[in-house]
Amino acid sequence: MAEVPRSTSVRFARSESDRVLLGVAGGTGERIGVDPLVVRLAFVLLALAGGVGFVAYLVAVLASQEPEPGQDQQTRPAEGRRTVAFLLILAGALLLLRTAGLWLGDGVVWPAALAVFGSVVLWTRADVGRSRLSRLLSRSSTGTVRLVTGAVLIAVAIGLFAAIGRRSGLLANAPAAASAVVVVLVVVVGPWVTKVARQAREERRERIRSEERAAMAAHLHDSVLQTLALIQRAEDPRRMATLARSQERELRGWLYGRPATGGPSTLASAFEAMVAQVEQEHGMPVEAVMVGDAPLEDRTAGLVSAAREALVNAARHSGARTASLFVEVSPEGIEAFVRDQGSGFDPAEVATDRRGIADSIEGRIARAGGDVAITTAPGEGTEVRLRLPLPVSKEAP
Amino acid sequence: MTDRVRVFLVDDHALFRSGVKAEMGDAVEVVGDAGDVATAIARIGETDPDVVILDVHLPGGGGAAVIEGVRREAAADPRFLALSVSDAADDVIGVIRAGARGYVTKTIAPGDLLSAIQRVHDGDAVFSPRLAGFVLDAFAGAPPAGALDPEIDQLTPREREVLRFIARGYTYKEAARELHIAVKTVETHVSSVLRKLQLTNRYELSRWAADRRFD
Repeated sequence: MAEVPRSTSVRFARSESDRVLLGVAGGTGERIGVDPLVVRLAFVLLALAGGVGFVAYLVAVLASQEPEPGQDQQTRPAEGRRTVAFLLILAGALLLLRTAGLWLGDGVVWPAALAVFGSVVLWTRADVGRSRLSRLLSRSSTGTVRLVTGAVLIAVAIGLFAAIGRRSGLLANAPAAASAVVVVLVVVVGPWVTKVARQAREERRERIRSEERAAMAAHLHDSVLQTLALIQRAEDPRRMATLARSQERELRGWLYGRPATGGPSTLASAFEAMVAQVEQEHGMPVEAVMVGDAPLEDRTAGLVSAAREALVNAARHSGARTASLFVEVSPEGIEAFVRDQGSGFDPAEVATDRRGIADSIEGRIARAGGDVAITTAPGEGTEVRLRLPLPVSKEAP
Repeated sequence: MTDRVRVFLVDDHALFRSGVKAEMGDAVEVVGDAGDVATAIARIGETDPDVVILDVHLPGGGGAAVIEGVRREAAADPRFLALSVSDAADDVIGVIRAGARGYVTKTIAPGDLLSAIQRVHDGDAVFSPRLAGFVLDAFAGAPPAGALDPEIDQLTPREREVLRFIARGYTYKEAARELHIAVKTVETHVSSVLRKLQLTNRYELSRWAADRRFD
């Protein structure tokens, strides 16, 4: 059930929690399901074998993704072990480089290594994943100890560098001295800069997330919660259904990116808006189906108004529970069908008193150059067919 | 009525499942229900129902995953009726192309749901007006160039007529009366449209279905 979702991509995330250097071994181990220690040993052995491990590690860093922040930080290994591990790796790597001949001289490398180690002691975060007690201790004494140790190590490194450098004449030329200063700055300040940058990134991500949450909460409050409150007070089931339905429509539009604001610009959206309004005002659900779409202009807008009139009639006079609307835009023209399965009527009998309604449907469509057909009989329901021949947007010849 | 249709419900809302059960009452026999894909596949294999009522959105892969899982693993061979709040085209088409024989929305009246279950059980197809609208939309225009089987990539004029009646809110019976044909003939046309819907290479349809596959 609770299967870990695995990404199908080749890229894997470096581990945020289980890391000695950059979390590559932790991430790799997590991804392929092997103890990270094995992965680390593999890297070290490969590194001893002619430096392949270094290349592999670099490739892995480039190929992997940023670690996901905030995931199981409690698995971070104990601080002491990490420091020792780092020290061992560093010493091993340096010895290897020395043997391989990739060496700048004892006077540069050993002080640099000492400075890096001091920096690690200074900047590693000691306050994550430990008991409250040890965190308390680290804030008071251990923290100070780390600070002092780190500073002393770096100071010693600088002194050593200066002493050896002066003796061997390495610092005689200005570029070498300048780059030594830069290296020291990078080593001492670099970790702090990346740490601050990472915190800023995390904060930004968190802020975006909470803004999204606030926007969503505001929207749901204004729409869904309001409607739910109204539904609780509504006594008439029909009104309840209408409220639920119009809210559903609105929520759906919001979720699927059809904003409810602004006037409709196409025939389909005009029909949608019209149906929503009729449902709202007359408490009758309308099953609306649209096939195709066309630009909204005077003629087609007339069709929407006529269909609206037909739906309102169905709501007022048919007694049916629901009505159907089907609109189809085809190369030949636009057809709209409004149908209810209500009482129906005898067109001959109602001709006199409902003349006005027929006019408002038939008149509109006639002005737009279309025609209307009404199919009905007592007890048979009613269907109004509205038809506009295309081309809709053609200029008068 | 001893041989009632044996129905299995799949929906991740327990409230909705009990609501449907209550609505259908004794008209069908509900043999089981499930709230996620894995449970559904396992329980459908055990209970061997006639008809599975299937929600489109489910934790663990969606309705289409249930259909594929049952086809692949389970001993049962039920028919599937999709029931959903969604009216997004890719949802509807995805589950139909996975093998569902019908699609109705959750706002359907209880009586209509029962007859939809019966119709799916009898091997016919159930098209809501909305599904009919989607199909008309998707099959509008000429079939794609280089189609292997042009028969499958377009609707016959008669099938189009039947679908238009369904989209207008006509029942199969009413459509049959208007077209002066037998109800059985209407059912045949709709089943044929369902087959085309499942097999066609029309771009929109295969894309909609493909989009669904990875949720």
